[in-house]
Amino acid sequence: MDEFVNLKATELRLGLPGTDNACEERERVSCNKRTLQGVTENETESSMIKTGTCPPRKAQIVGWPPVRSSRKNIIQTKKNESDSEGGRGVYVKVSMDGAPYLRKIDLSCYKGYKELLKALEIMFNFSVGEYFEREGYKGSDFVPTYEDKDGDWMLIGDVPWEMFVCTCKRLRIMRGSEAKGVGCVV
Amino acid sequence: MNYFPDEVIEHVFDFVTSHKDRNSISLVCKSWFKIERYSRQNVFIGNCYSISPERLLRRFPCFKSLTLKGKPHFADFNLVPHGWGGFVQPWIEALARSRVGLEELRLKRMVVTDEGLELLSRSFVNFKSLVLVSCEGFSTDGLASIASNCRHLRDLDLQENEIDDHRGQWLSCFPETYTSLVTLNFACLEGETNLVALERLVARSPNLRSLKLNRAVPLDALARLMACAPQIVDLGVGSYEDEQDSESCLKLQAAIRKCTSLRSLSGFLEAAPHCLSAFHPVCHNLTSLNLSYAAEIHGSHLIKLIEHCKKLQRLWILDSIGDKGLEVVASTCKELQELRVFPTDLHGGGNTAVTEDGLVAISAGCPKLHSILYFCQQMTNAALITVARNCPNFIRFRLCILEPHKPDHVTSQPLDEGFGAIVQACKNLKRLSVSGLLTDQVFLYIGMFATQLEMLSIAFAGDTDKGMLYVLNGCKKMRKLEIRDSPFGDAALLADVNKYETMRSLWMSSCEVTLGGCKRLARKAPWLNVEIINENDNNRMEENGYEGRQKVDNKLYLYRTVVGTRVDAPPFVWIL
Repeated sequence: MDEFVNLKATELRLGLPGTDNACEERERVSCNKRTLQGVTENETESSMIKTGTCPPRKAQIVGWPPVRSSRKNIIQTKKNESDSEGGRGVYVKVSMDGAPYLRKIDLSCYKGYKELLKALEIMFNFSVGEYFEREGYKGSDFVPTYEDKDGDWMLIGDVPWEMFVCTCKRLRIMRGSEAKGVGCVV
Repeated sequence: MNYFPDEVIEHVFDFVTSHKDRNSISLVCKSWFKIERYSRQNVFIGNCYSISPERLLRRFPCFKSLTLKGKPHFADFNLVPHGWGGFVQPWIEALARSRVGLEELRLKRMVVTDEGLELLSRSFVNFKSLVLVSCEGFSTDGLASIASNCRHLRDLDLQENEIDDHRGQWLSCFPETYTSLVTLNFACLEGETNLVALERLVARSPNLRSLKLNRAVPLDALARLMACAPQIVDLGVGSYEDEQDSESCLKLQAAIRKCTSLRSLSGFLEAAPHCLSAFHPVCHNLTSLNLSYAAEIHGSHLIKLIEHCKKLQRLWILDSIGDKGLEVVASTCKELQELRVFPTDLHGGGNTAVTEDGLVAISAGCPKLHSILYFCQQMTNAALITVARNCPNFIRFRLCILEPHKPDHVTSQPLDEGFGAIVQACKNLKRLSVSGLLTDQVFLYIGMFATQLEMLSIAFAGDTDKGMLYVLNGCKKMRKLEIRDSPFGDAALLADVNKYETMRSLWMSSCEVTLGGCKRLARKAPWLNVEIINENDNNRMEENGYEGRQKVDNKLYLYRTVVGTRVDAPPFVWIL
């Protein structure tokens, strides 16, 4: 898919990168939009802890689309392979400095940064502080970052959510002195 | 003609090959009926339950080729549960007992067993050709019997079957003295292949024209095979992963260049993108290209290949080619007659790879196009109207918009007018599949204009019984009607019972027909088999104690027959 994706990246469009149909559609289709307002703390916690278990996708109709199993199988294989390469960025690894093992989350489960960060905070039991456009995250030793398609480590929150979901390859919660220098002016 | 002796008439009949025509001439008079039945070589039975093997043999004692079809079309999409029927065993047994000199057997959507294949291989000395399409129930052991016993076998053509691969040595079962192979297609086998046996077989088959390999045949083996068979016309490439070294790549390229008779290419079941370029030298002669299983190859590589294929008549491809790719097809393939574009994203959530623009481009660029199967995520009436204007020659038009009930994405209107334009313009249309948001209006158009229509597939369409009635009343040549998830009920089903005598079959699933309605139909038409396939709950559909108004949750399948209720139906199939 590499060459094809690169063509898309260099395409001149009016929209921001990341606002192509692929990402929008995926967000729309993937899970029922959950609103956190009015949901108790406990509920949030328990639903967030089920990381990667997104509410089920659109119910699949038996025998639809009218495609033979042998064809469905090759498409599924391709999907699984590209998923595991992280090409689609749906399931991404999350590491936290000092934690013994990594986790994986499904980015398409979240509506935006607020939900994502809340989920990470619960998962790793920490606090990210407050996000400022200029200074980055203040009030915490932890800084949420992500590796983008170019291999650069970026601060989470700078770009529009859709663009983030499309370009994010993995997450890393940086800590302490190493966190300095990533998007913050201090 | 009555002044000629029978032998002369028979000789004239030899030139009449289409089974429809032969059926017609057999109706002219008793004398012709008799001559025709003794001279018919190829028998076609579109529904194996419409007649019995015994009656077949009584009518046609001398045939050499038999074509049988079993399950209904929607079985391809898992709508017919396992065990429903379509067993070929009684046919093979009856033929084996008779003195028919069977040479060719072609089966579609039937259940075949190893025992059946063994019996077949031992019963007919001159057996030459076995073609199995979408069949199941057998393993490579059955193939071993065929290989071992059929001395004069020419064709072994296995298309999209479910075969239990025992990874045995079926290929080495062909005797060393056996050299008459013309067609070998085992692309659908999942397991390992004995490459040595395969290479030796190909090397001793000078008449081999068609070779389709499975995914277990790697690149270097392919090169050796092609070097042994430069006369090949039809090639199905198996696994085509990254060339390990440039030497095998060079060998492959050299072998390909020698295959000057190559006209048809398919396979690429596991393919790396850059390998396609090895085939560029032969592209200019290709008339048929099937890349619909090559999920690994991406748009730009497909386009580069197709740019060389100026003589292409048939193209099967994935939608990863995109609208841009279809524009290349439209400007390059001026001889194109048949196009199929399959989806790479089944749930309508991915990129809109091909849209109505691609379809319009093809219709504008390919004047000889007569058959199309097009999966896409969006369509407009305007596009369909343009397509109809550009291409009034469609014989088969199958459009599948992936999301049910999806309207014209620009105007939000139903797609009635678009499909209406298609049926009005395409006076020779024989097969149509509709999709998207559709009201009864589209069926009014179909009933009015689609006078030659023989097969119609409807899904998630229509508003009332009127829709189905328009079709049943209007399409005089309708043979196969299959409907799912549409609000047609008993009134439509029962309006004209005699209509079903002119049709091969009707399928209705998840519609509004009731059990009572089906029962009434079965009573009115004893020459029909009215089957209810009830897979969910074997106990629910009991004879006693259920109101006739119980909706048929599952599936209705009815077909005309001259031999009454079939005896091999499983418990979940209820024949009324």
